[in-house]
Amino acid sequence: MKILVAIKRVVDHNVKIRVKSDGSGVDNSNAKMSMNPFDEIALEEAIRLKEAGKADEVVAVTVGGLAAQDVLRTALAMGADRAILIKADTIPEPLSVAKLLAAIARSETPDLMLFGKQAIDDDCNQTGQMTSALLGWSQATFVSHIVLDGDRARATREVDGGLQVIEVTLPSIMTVDLRLNEPRYASLPNIMKAKKKPLEEMNSADLGIDIAPRLRVIATEEPSGRKSGITLSGMSELIDKLKVEAGVL
Amino acid sequence: MAILLFADHDNDVLFDQTARAMTAALQIGGEIDVLIVGKNAQGAAQAASHLTGVRKVLLAEGDALEHRLAEASAALLVSLAPHYATLVAPATTSGKNIFPRVAAFLDVMQVSEIVEVVAPDTFKRPIYAGNAIQTVQVTDAKIIVTVRTANFTPTAQDGHAPVESIAISDTPPLSTFVENRFASSDRPELSSARLVISGGRALGSEENFRRLILPVADKLGAAVGASRAAVDAGYAPNDWQVGQTGKIVAPDLYLACGISGAIQHLAGMKDSKVIVAINKDADAPIFQVADYGVVGDIFDMLPELESKL
Ligand SMILES: Cc1cc2nc3c(=O)[nH]c(=O)nc-3n(C[C@H](O)[C@H](O)[C@H](O)COP(=O)(O)OP(=O)(O)OC[C@H]3O[C@@H](n4cnc5c(N)ncnc54)[C@H](O)[C@@H]3O)c2cc1C
Repeated sequence: MKILVAIKRVVDHNVKIRVKSDGSGVDNSNAKMSMNPFDEIALEEAIRLKEAGKADEVVAVTVGGLAAQDVLRTALAMGADRAILIKADTIPEPLSVAKLLAAIARSETPDLMLFGKQAIDDDCNQTGQMTSALLGWSQATFVSHIVLDGDRARATREVDGGLQVIEVTLPSIMTVDLRLNEPRYASLPNIMKAKKKPLEEMNSADLGIDIAPRLRVIATEEPSGRKSGITLSGMSELIDKLKVEAGVL
Repeated sequence: MAILLFADHDNDVLFDQTARAMTAALQIGGEIDVLIVGKNAQGAAQAASHLTGVRKVLLAEGDALEHRLAEASAALLVSLAPHYATLVAPATTSGKNIFPRVAAFLDVMQVSEIVEVVAPDTFKRPIYAGNAIQTVQVTDAKIIVTVRTANFTPTAQDGHAPVESIAISDTPPLSTFVENRFASSDRPELSSARLVISGGRALGSEENFRRLILPVADKLGAAVGASRAAVDAGYAPNDWQVGQTGKIVAPDLYLACGISGAIQHLAGMKDSKVIVAINKDADAPIFQVADYGVVGDIFDMLPELESKL
């Protein structure tokens, strides 16, 4: 069993981003970058499946600039066996990323491909589902529990009403949710060892896939802010305000 | 050209999010058909036929469609797509699961979670947990959008569109349904409730969450939400999580109890009409978005609130 894990390098979740004043985008030139938190969970799951003897190989793959090597090194330090960087000048839209990843999946032929359910920068929540469509594979999104069983897998999904359990045939694509596991930190010896693990690079252009954007970004603006209100003395005053001033009770 | 609205429902009941996504579809403009995918879904289909502005309701029923699993639902949508310029779905877990699959089959880049229709091909959507709003224009031949329903009011229900059953083709399923673990509740549904009370890590245990939050919810007739920390710790079920990666809510009143106000949490509730925060830390970031703040201990405040309501 081989598991391919898709990883995106994003602005760290603790960074408060700044919108450029001319509306041309988000300024993250000096922001701390890290592995998308959901992708960390996906990778952790793959490594645990390998440690449990259910998988033999874990391959991490990302689409991005040369700088994205750092998240792949992190992936290798956490326990991935090898890594693939598909180089692109700017990070393409999810549809293009899905096409590139599908091309890698066709040559790597994994049994399972794991994704984070969404990237915390563009919040699109698309790439896993799109890759699954392009490959014609089964899909399980928002997964919080995985049980592998021969050529099938059972996935528990976090859905609006609660939890849904489905069974998928392999090969399959799963996108993972927060409560699947808690990712490990890479230890110093493993960070050192990761430097020797294979990291293959290729150009997105060599895969023969058109990655031109389909959406035209017209503007990027600050959300309309909320101003902080007033401090109240206690519950009686609160009830009074909600009834009389706000009229919501 | 026409719009196809993919409805979310549970076969019996049409979810309120569908009526909200319908409002977005009306703003895009054009003839609107609603697709009900399910099994024994007459109830949902009838409800959809009453949504104001619907041309007709398409009802696709079959065993493989009962739970709207992604592969079968997407295949059906793809087969209907040639008749429509625009496909719309509410950004519920169903819409988010199925629509990107449809978009990829059609070689279209989806616009996720629109919060405003600027023009029929141009939309606003939040990025970075709502810390920036992007305006994007679609250049593909087809338009595929999911709608952040908290930003649209439900459309009126005085229509009577015809319901038309459509044939489905049977393909061997790639995935099968095993079970839903849904807790039934008499409380209003979180995503569309008028009042929401949420609890955070401060509750300390599931027992405290139930003892302190639920009685206030019941007095108010409010839905119950939670922070990620509360859900991760097992104080509240996963479908109560509010935030960037949980549910997005915009009720008339959002009451945050023992929640610090991390950006990921604010992303899910900062469009609420009135926000109240109760927190013992006067510097908690939640107070920066709260209309009314009370600095105090929830273990004292919530029982008092309950008794005074
Ligand atoms: C990828 C990612 C996605 C995330 N998605 C979400 C999401 O969708 N939703 C979400 O909520 N979070 C999300 N988070 C987590 C988020 O960053 C915060 O960690 C989380 O919201 C904190 O929850 P909390 O406010 O309950 O806990 P804390 O931050 O620990 O805050 C507890 C608060 O309770 C107060 N308090 C303690 N005791 C009392 C008392 N007795 N009386 C009154 N007040 C008290 C404290 O002063 C504090 O302000 C996400 C994080 C990541 C990295």
